[in-house]
Amino acid sequence: MSYTISEKVLLEHSEKEDISSGEFIECSIDMVMVHEQLGGRIHQEYEKLHLNRVWDPSKIFFILDHWVPAPTVSAAQMHQDCRRFAQKYQFIHNMGINEGICHQVFPEKGFARPGMLIVGSDSHTTTYGAFNCLATGIGATDVCVVFATGKLWFKVPSSYRIHLSGNLPEGVMAKDFILKFIGDISTKGAIYKSLEFYGDGVQSLSMDGRMTISNMVVEAGAKFGIFLADEKTRRWVKRVSHAPFKAVFPDEEASYEKKFNYDLSDLEPVVAKPHSPENIASISKVEGIQIDQAFLGSCTNGRLEDLRIAAHIMKGKRVNDKTRCIVIPASKKIYMEALTEGLIEIFIKAGAVVGNSTCGPCIGGHLGVLGKDEVCISTTNRNFIGRMGAPSSQVYLASPATVAASAIKGYITDPRERVKNK
Amino acid sequence: MKKVEGYVYIMGDNISTDDIVPSHCLTLRDSMEMAQYTCEAIEANFTQKAKNLNIIVAGDNFGCGSSREEAVNVFKVLGIKAIIANSFARIYFRNLINQGIPGITYQWDPRDFTEGDQIAIFLEKGIIQNKTNNTEFSFIQLPPFLLAILEKGGILNQLREKI
Repeated sequence: MSYTISEKVLLEHSEKEDISSGEFIECSIDMVMVHEQLGGRIHQEYEKLHLNRVWDPSKIFFILDHWVPAPTVSAAQMHQDCRRFAQKYQFIHNMGINEGICHQVFPEKGFARPGMLIVGSDSHTTTYGAFNCLATGIGATDVCVVFATGKLWFKVPSSYRIHLSGNLPEGVMAKDFILKFIGDISTKGAIYKSLEFYGDGVQSLSMDGRMTISNMVVEAGAKFGIFLADEKTRRWVKRVSHAPFKAVFPDEEASYEKKFNYDLSDLEPVVAKPHSPENIASISKVEGIQIDQAFLGSCTNGRLEDLRIAAHIMKGKRVNDKTRCIVIPASKKIYMEALTEGLIEIFIKAGAVVGNSTCGPCIGGHLGVLGKDEVCISTTNRNFIGRMGAPSSQVYLASPATVAASAIKGYITDPRERVKNK
Repeated sequence: MKKVEGYVYIMGDNISTDDIVPSHCLTLRDSMEMAQYTCEAIEANFTQKAKNLNIIVAGDNFGCGSSREEAVNVFKVLGIKAIIANSFARIYFRNLINQGIPGITYQWDPRDFTEGDQIAIFLEKGIIQNKTNNTEFSFIQLPPFLLAILEKGGILNQLREKI
């Protein structure tokens, strides 16, 4: 049998001799990531099982990130429930409230390594696919099953092979690629599929950029978004983990349901207009739309590469008087690095509000919730109705470069001119 | 669970879990209280209508977005018995089955259902009967593996028997 990357990893984690797409199998889980969902349905349902133990406390990664520090009494109570549960079941990897956003902190701490099978109580768990592992989101009940047994059912997905070539032009980012891709295949275009990214273009992308792409594959419905491992992957993983790992490659004869080719050098800045990530427009079509808020952050685009390009664009400039700009580094580590590099000072001097690492405004949680009819340009991943606040608010998704350039102008604008004038 | 009966509630394409449970009520502990906000931004009077209409019939990509399982639970609390859709988002489909609610993938035509129609779903036979207009449709049955979970009323009930 010839296998894709996802088939290989699933087979490796099952007790089967061979597998094929469409089949239902049971797999052993290497790590499970949980956040505030633990204090929601997970702890309530798990306690009803009366197990008084979890299958392996060392394979659970627990973090509070969506509402930190707690902005409401109900969020504070949820955090209390989470902490009680983590203590009772003796979780070993307990990150608390000050490490940052789950999908940034999990790889930073060395838990995402090639060949692993990882699940998490968050749809953007696909982010870890950037590290050549299989990672996907699950609901609260599935988390309970993993806590109890260390195993989970999977339907073996068929795969799309996406070949990337060329280099991104200046001022165009990995975000622009994944937005264009979602626009091309639609938000239902990859339901239950595994997306595998290949080609010279992959090597030209930073790990930060690959994480942005893997993060948003779920917006096209995908189950996994996996990159081939290369030198950049190995260096990243070795820097944060001593655990041995082996890169997973597909077999030459592996079968793919569809194949796509993208030349990164052909791309331009794009935005996703309200209210769907598939509602893509080239930047020239939306130039001039007035914005009340510009948000740079989230598990999609709060990384160092993102802060660097935004700071480069905003250095010595002022955020437009009619616009609020909010910057949230995705983790404490990134925040500290941005401090060392002087990026935070640039943002503050430009008039931005810099917040602690949290999901915050992305889910309309806190630190920049939108009011009635307000318009926001955001580096986040979803622009559904009411996602960031009032149901009548409007969110345009864009790259960090586009968000930073737009914050200065007070309206949506093409960042390429500003990147050139370094 | 072999047969589900109820009345049709029609919904559109790409209904997201944010639409079903807005994030501002995700930290609420009480599921009844949370359920009062179900679909508040996209459907006027959802909770009132759901008292009589308890099988959702929707378009493409139902339940897209976040993994929040509350988006299944609020429907359960409000008495929704099954969801028929052209297609389901992956995590949402798992969450439905895991909580013991049938998710039926069926590419329907606007002539097949009108809101308020009385229908019966025969899970093992793969048949939907529309009793209001006396028609019958067939869908691809769920695999035995998933039917077994539904039979137990959810995966945690199944798990309880194993452990």
